[in-house]
Amino acid sequence: MYVITTEPIDADAVYRAVLHDNDGAVVAFHGVVRDHSDGGRGVRFLEYEAYPEMAEAQMRAIGAEIKRRWGIEHVAMVHRIGRVEIGEASVVIAVASPHRGEAFDACEYAIDTLKATVPIWKKEFFADGEVWVGLQS
Amino acid sequence: MTVTARFFAVFRERLGGSHARVEVEPGTTVAGLWEKVTAGRPDVAAMRSITRFAVNGSYAEFHAELHDGDEVAFLPPMSGG
Repeated sequence: MYVITTEPIDADAVYRAVLHDNDGAVVAFHGVVRDHSDGGRGVRFLEYEAYPEMAEAQMRAIGAEIKRRWGIEHVAMVHRIGRVEIGEASVVIAVASPHRGEAFDACEYAIDTLKATVPIWKKEFFADGEVWVGLQS
Repeated sequence: MTVTARFFAVFRERLGGSHARVEVEPGTTVAGLWEKVTAGRPDVAAMRSITRFAVNGSYAEFHAELHDGDEVAFLPPMSGG
């Protein structure tokens, strides 16, 4: 499951997508919209935009690399686009494996690599303006 | 030949649309398309060093040669998650 969606993310569905009888651990990461930016400015909500075809392909590539590095095949990555409110999940990643160690490692690798290579952008909306994250210098 | 340029996030906003069909000479590279699209737009051209490019959905070098019908994406700094 490697999906870009405009709908709220169903975390239970992501969990069910990865869990198989030979798995003893499921590690999940939920990226959630918080009420302030890194600079401490109050955030009202976020808007996400993606290059959907490429984003899904890049997420599949992350899954392929996880299989190569850890032998794990049970990976799901779902990223929401459009307006996302405070407290809602923008991304959910789940990794299931026979033991927890490699699932923790693979899940951290997945979110770190998503942030660096998957073409998705977020804009922070403040009371008095808006800014694309990553463009401030 | 004709290629399609796709603009995301800040590029979409500043260039006033999500895509443009651009007529270019055979042998044009990503760099050539970038120069054509950003001509007269110093605010956009200034983002060259922080921009990545994709051709037909895969990351591409700035000097990659384009072919008729290619889709070239201008990708500002990513901030997913």
